[in-house]
Amino acid sequence: MRPLNLKLFRGLWQIKGQALAISMVIAAGVAMYIAYISTFQSLDLTQQTYYERFRFGDVFASLKRAPLRLQDRIEEIPGVARVETRVVVGVNLDVFGADEPLTGRLISIPEIDRATLNDVFLRKGRYIEPNRQDEVLVTEGFALAHGLEPGDSVAAVINGRRRELEIVGIALSPEYVYNIAPGAMMPDDSRFGIFWMEQKALSSAFDMEGGFNDVSISLMPGAQEDEVITRLDRLLEPYGGLGAMPRALQQSHFYLDAELAGLKGAGLMIPVIFFAVAAFLLNVVLLRIVAVQRPQIAALKALGYTNFEIGMHYTGWSLVISLVGGVIGVAGGAWLGSAMTRLYGDFFRFPILEYRLDPGVLAGALVVSVIAAVLGAFGSVRRAVVLPPAEAMRPEPPSGYGVSWIERLGLKRFFSQPTRMIMRNIQRRPWRTVASVIGISFGAAMMVVGMFWIDAMDLMMDVQYNVAQRQDITVSFVEPSSSRSLYEIERMPGVVYAETLRSVPVRLRYGHRSRMGSITGLAAGARLSRVVNTDFRPVTIQPEGLVLSSKLGQILGVRAGDEVIVEVLEGRRPIRTVMVTELVDEFLGTSAYMESSALHAMLREGHSLSGAFIQVDSKYADELYRRLKAVPFVAGVALKSAAVDSFYDTIGESLGIMIFFNVLFAGIIAFGVVYNAARISLSERGRELASLRVMGFTRGEISFILLGELALVTLISMPIGMALGYWLSALVVTAYDTEVYRFPLVVSSRTYAWAALTVGAAALISGAVVKRKLNNLDLVEVLKTRE
Amino acid sequence: MTGKQGQARQDNGLIFDARGLTKVYHMGEVDVHALRGVDLQLRESEFTVLLGPSGSGKSTLLNILGGLDTPTAGQVFYRGKEITLVGDAELTQYRRHHVGFVFQFYNLIPSLTARENVALVTEIVPNPLAPRAALELVGLGDRVDHFPSQLSGGEQQRVAIARAIAKQPDVLLCDEPTGALDVSTGIVVLEAIEKVNRELGTTTAVITHNAAIAEMADTVVRLSNGRIASVDRNETKIHPRELHW
Repeated sequence: MRPLNLKLFRGLWQIKGQALAISMVIAAGVAMYIAYISTFQSLDLTQQTYYERFRFGDVFASLKRAPLRLQDRIEEIPGVARVETRVVVGVNLDVFGADEPLTGRLISIPEIDRATLNDVFLRKGRYIEPNRQDEVLVTEGFALAHGLEPGDSVAAVINGRRRELEIVGIALSPEYVYNIAPGAMMPDDSRFGIFWMEQKALSSAFDMEGGFNDVSISLMPGAQEDEVITRLDRLLEPYGGLGAMPRALQQSHFYLDAELAGLKGAGLMIPVIFFAVAAFLLNVVLLRIVAVQRPQIAALKALGYTNFEIGMHYTGWSLVISLVGGVIGVAGGAWLGSAMTRLYGDFFRFPILEYRLDPGVLAGALVVSVIAAVLGAFGSVRRAVVLPPAEAMRPEPPSGYGVSWIERLGLKRFFSQPTRMIMRNIQRRPWRTVASVIGISFGAAMMVVGMFWIDAMDLMMDVQYNVAQRQDITVSFVEPSSSRSLYEIERMPGVVYAETLRSVPVRLRYGHRSRMGSITGLAAGARLSRVVNTDFRPVTIQPEGLVLSSKLGQILGVRAGDEVIVEVLEGRRPIRTVMVTELVDEFLGTSAYMESSALHAMLREGHSLSGAFIQVDSKYADELYRRLKAVPFVAGVALKSAAVDSFYDTIGESLGIMIFFNVLFAGIIAFGVVYNAARISLSERGRELASLRVMGFTRGEISFILLGELALVTLISMPIGMALGYWLSALVVTAYDTEVYRFPLVVSSRTYAWAALTVGAAALISGAVVKRKLNNLDLVEVLKTRE
Repeated sequence: MTGKQGQARQDNGLIFDARGLTKVYHMGEVDVHALRGVDLQLRESEFTVLLGPSGSGKSTLLNILGGLDTPTAGQVFYRGKEITLVGDAELTQYRRHHVGFVFQFYNLIPSLTARENVALVTEIVPNPLAPRAALELVGLGDRVDHFPSQLSGGEQQRVAIARAIAKQPDVLLCDEPTGALDVSTGIVVLEAIEKVNRELGTTTAVITHNAAIAEMADTVVRLSNGRIASVDRNETKIHPRELHW
């Protein structure tokens, strides 16, 4: 090996602790970049392939009922490529061994040919056969949750009658990659299942023969989506059309896309922090190396080595450190990425979800590591290159110190000599101190932003289920019913209290903007279901007028006091003008509310209701569930406890892993910064500290001078890091401000404590390592080295 | 005596011709005049000692001759070519191919063994001595795989000499080569330098504040306060072993 390279590797070996600490920061950055981006690419490719192969629709619409011949008219809409009409209905399910009410959705499929759009992928078993009326395919998630296999059967309450459905196949669909039951926050495969059933069988069971109530469309390339939707809505209007939506708003797709965008964003943003910290650390460490090696540089120059060769040599130090980190990061990132992809497989149901590590991502990660290395080496290389050869032969001039400004304020007498040394040293290299503070702060901030969303979720759950929706179960009816239905429910065992729910599908218009949705009618003084703003206070709904979630207001461009047009998409489909009385900041969805009697009045109807909120005496819960399953007019039953359980089950699984990685990555940053700062101080001041020891200072006293400075820097960094973390969390909140959910910006003291503990522990560990070196300071040897 | 050496002595041509060298360092608010108009000629294959107290400007002069530093004013001709006119890159090439340096504090690379320190030079020049041969020349044939920390001061300085001569330089410039050494070790180092000068015919300049060393030189240049005080030729050189201080 060339002597200069030997020098490089032996030199690196001498500072292996520091070098490895920096390598790990790079490794963390590379690992995150690779893990996020490769997971993103794996999911993205899987999504695209899946959508394409199984012909996922572009536009979706539900309606009450239209004759099948309308399909031809839909096909004639310019830009429409293919049309699939279906019957889609919600049912209550009865699965052997499950007491709780389960809900499902039945979707019609052609008996012979495969569906033109939204085709199913068969995981197991076979496709339905003609003239076998009770054969169904079931979603994989539901089958796994209940141990269902082809050959098993489930009971569904169809139009009031209990009917055994025979499972012949386990299937997946691009429409239900992410499958959330209506009204739920998280997917819960055990309580909500999708079933595919032969078209004629399903139509006859629901009196839909010769008709359909759901349509999917695929568009021709270059088609005007808005235009198609407008024309489709116009066509479906007489048939109880509930308004068409583009793929972008399709539930499963929306969540998948939001997740993909999040992955990509995180994969591009977070690693930058690590690379920046690594470049800073490389810069500091290499500057010190160059300072220590001044005589060597002089010798090399005197021997005739060119500036380029010397520059390359010091760049080499940086590159080796960086590439070691790059290799560790690539291995770690590939492992992490495949684990993340596997985890995503539990939430997003794909036929195959293969982890794929694109060579381009690897190359990208290595290029970024090299850039960080070069940036990190730049300062020291420049210093080594500009060092005049004759100058390099003289020892480094003593560093210029001054009296610190704190002392100049006249506070000097309050500080001991060692404390003054700490302050003067910090002041002598203010920028290095500032950079250390920024580095450590980022460690703390990473911790805060990594854990804040748990706080946000906790709060959302608390507000959602303890303040806003205090009912134990929500029952939805097949059709709007009279108040007799409520009376019937109230008489059931275990029902402590019941409140009406009226929800009506509408299109809201303001100017040229419009939005599909529903208006929820809430009883004045409702005790169970209430509208709650982000201050967690229930909002009193004015007797007349509309309350919109701020997000919906923003979509429509509406402010309180504006009048919007309400097109009711149910019954006689009246069109009314209603004033918006208030906008409420809500965490979930884009809701609209009215006081229930005002809603009835607007609809010119009696006290009809589309469901009920029920408070249950848990002793009779099972009995109540059994009874509800048998009620013909009940379309679905949603349990709050189930929602909360499934939420915490889901979060709980990943919580431990998340905390582990947050602590690991934040710890790596903090350790990297503190440890390197300590080692450099030791290298710069070893002589000075050894001299103090010779004069009679104790080990504790000299440790105070060196480690006290680090402790001070760490302590300063903590609040800054917390503030930075809060600010980054605010960025995340803004980035995740979607129509489906908004995160509240809350950071609990628990999260701050985690941040402080992680950074503190990393600092303590590096302090302990350096303390050992200080204890073993060879007084004679240090004093012998020449100035 | 080898033929090459004999020839070189006969030529006795100018290798360095310095004219009117001045060097001013700006140290904060004060200007330090290290050289105040120095004229100097060094001849091929000669052994020159530059003698002077500390601060007399001798290191500055040596650094300028060796292409490590540039004068504030004046000219230096190396074999008739003005090196004070050339740029940094050319100075580097000049040092690389023509000059061997020995420093007071050896300036070895601590992470490289004796052999590797010498190889540092041998691999960047066209016709080097083998590292082992260079080390044997300074009497360190048995220490080639030792690291600097495993060598005594005198041994380290001899490694530095081996490193300087391994490229077969035209000139060997030594800055207080014995300054950090005791008498007996210093003499061993001077013997090594003398041997190189004698056997390879390398033009050699040694700067020192130790007047005793002057007796081994062909020419003794005395510097004082940035000026040349005298230039003397020794009629008879004595061997380093006979030096006393």
